[in-house]
Amino acid sequence: MNESAELAVDVRDAVKRYGTFTALLKISLGIRDNEFFTLLGPSGCGKTTLLRMIAGFESVTEGAIYLYGDEIEMLPPNKRPVNTVFQNYALFPHMSVLDNVGFGLEMKGSSKADARKRAGEMLELVQLTQFANRKPSQLSGGQQQRVALARALAPAPKVLLLDEPLSALDMKLRKAMQIELKHIQRETGITFIFVTHDQEEALTMSDRIAVMSAGEMQQLGEPRDIYEHPRNMFVADFIGDTNLLEVSVGEITNGRVLCQIGGANALTCDAVEGVDTGAQVHLSVRPERLTLSDTTMSSESLKGTIVENIFIGTDINTIVDLEGGPQFTVRTSNSDRGNKRIIEPGSPAFVNMETGAARLLVD
Amino acid sequence: MAGGAPSGGSSASDTYAPTRHWLLAPSWFVLGFFTLAPILIMLVYSFLTKEFRGGVIWEPTLAAYDQFFFDRGLFGDADPTLQWTYISIFWRSIWQAGVATILSLLIGFPTAYFIATRPEKSRALWVFLITIPYWVNLLIRTVSMKFLMRDEGPLNDFLMNIGLIDAPLHMINTNFAVQMGLFYSYLPFMVLPIYASVERYNFTMSEAAADLYASKFQTLRRIVLPAVKPGVIAGCILVFVPSLGAFLAPDLLGGAKNFMIGSLIEEQFKGNAGNWPFGAAASMILLTMVMTILLVFAGQQRRAGQDT
Repeated sequence: MNESAELAVDVRDAVKRYGTFTALLKISLGIRDNEFFTLLGPSGCGKTTLLRMIAGFESVTEGAIYLYGDEIEMLPPNKRPVNTVFQNYALFPHMSVLDNVGFGLEMKGSSKADARKRAGEMLELVQLTQFANRKPSQLSGGQQQRVALARALAPAPKVLLLDEPLSALDMKLRKAMQIELKHIQRETGITFIFVTHDQEEALTMSDRIAVMSAGEMQQLGEPRDIYEHPRNMFVADFIGDTNLLEVSVGEITNGRVLCQIGGANALTCDAVEGVDTGAQVHLSVRPERLTLSDTTMSSESLKGTIVENIFIGTDINTIVDLEGGPQFTVRTSNSDRGNKRIIEPGSPAFVNMETGAARLLVD
Repeated sequence: MAGGAPSGGSSASDTYAPTRHWLLAPSWFVLGFFTLAPILIMLVYSFLTKEFRGGVIWEPTLAAYDQFFFDRGLFGDADPTLQWTYISIFWRSIWQAGVATILSLLIGFPTAYFIATRPEKSRALWVFLITIPYWVNLLIRTVSMKFLMRDEGPLNDFLMNIGLIDAPLHMINTNFAVQMGLFYSYLPFMVLPIYASVERYNFTMSEAAADLYASKFQTLRRIVLPAVKPGVIAGCILVFVPSLGAFLAPDLLGGAKNFMIGSLIEEQFKGNAGNWPFGAAASMILLTMVMTILLVFAGQQRRAGQDT
């Protein structure tokens, strides 16, 4: 036994090269048993490549992958106890739904009768029992998605890999499936590795998220941690909406940094290692952690002019032109409207923020 | 479907009915003059009396079909017994065409699969390479095969030079030569439809099968083959049907012993020795047989289609 035995998947210094192009640069990450783990990033960031390396569809150029302590990177896909839900489902069109779901068990050596019995149970889990004898083409997109899920779960894999499985569904159905997936993950206790480019989806479903960009891991952590403490500009920008602004670092006192935005506007925030007086760095503030007022509330209120109020359903986004600085977006929940009046465009206003709302980014 | 007059159809398209008649005219012309009319002529001729120097006398008779199936002795007065001569020629033809089809499938399927799995840019080149030999006339290709397979031909020379055989293999005028000739004549008709269906095949399904613990062979048998079946069936029909009626390869490579239907029919219309009604009757029997085979296939396809 070694330390990686407790990890469901342990990726060690994995590199993937296609000729001269490097798709993954030395990725190391440990995925825990029974975890809903998400690989999040824009298209081309290497997240799908990494997933396909775990599944066995892509070779590993350098490095190793362990599955519950066993080294697997040299095994072909049919010898790895992991199953995949494909982006476009890849259901077998000539087989019934029941035979699709039973296929993996049959290939693993179960008798046809046993495979069908277990497939029936899986269809029950995804609530498709009445469609067992249909062909995949006779099902809707959402139903096909659930068949694909049942098919991948039927052989009881040690780890389930999901490659953007919800991206082909419309928004309402996608939200419902997110909850159902999370539910099934808890019910079965199987480790899920989920690939998506949709940060909201990742935040909703995951126990932990690895944010990836350009073949590198940018940050790994729990959704809340990543959202509230983005490590760098990429993560801050990619996860959720944020106000990014360039500031020059002033005095640092008692772990607080004075940041000059421009004009009379300045604010303080927590010091970060590697940021010294005189440096030009970026600062991130989430729009929902800002409030507006027509009079100054504190010394840290930023002065500006209202440009526009945009109604987006649950919230109102107000764009403020900061004095001597860039534009800021302030998000006000619609339910708070009673307490806060909307300031008309063109009027002067002050932007106030909670302590800890502004974060300095290292790069 | 190429079904009759514009009957039925949605009410919206009925507005275009007059125009549609005219647009369909070329297809009706082609079908009528090049398919239906020749078949009708053959059908009529098969029921006429033969003229000894070729041609027909316009007197209806079943003599041609009778000659095909029954033996009435040298003078035509004995009790009819089943005539095996022609039936065995038919049977041999089916056998030869069948072997050629299976050979084409065994070579054609991997070839088509190979081409379809090349990078998209080089596929056209591979298809082009496959078709190059077929720019040469079939007769010339068949004569060349005869030359290649002669006892003292290059193929035997080669095999003896590499020490695989001591004495020349006798290939010409054998069933084998005919099978090779048919196989080579019609191979692209197997490769191209299979290539087309493998190219459309979604290879993620092969990944899914491997992910679900299927071996390479199980993936091929359970997933790939069912998915490309229409192409395989089309390829088999396109090789089998012309092989069945072929006369160049059997004549040139098979010699007199390895007579096939095509040659039998050809002879009935050649020079003065022929028997037109008998040739027409043999053609009709061949046509009926091929149609039956196609209908059986089509029926199976339709049944499979209903399931999906």
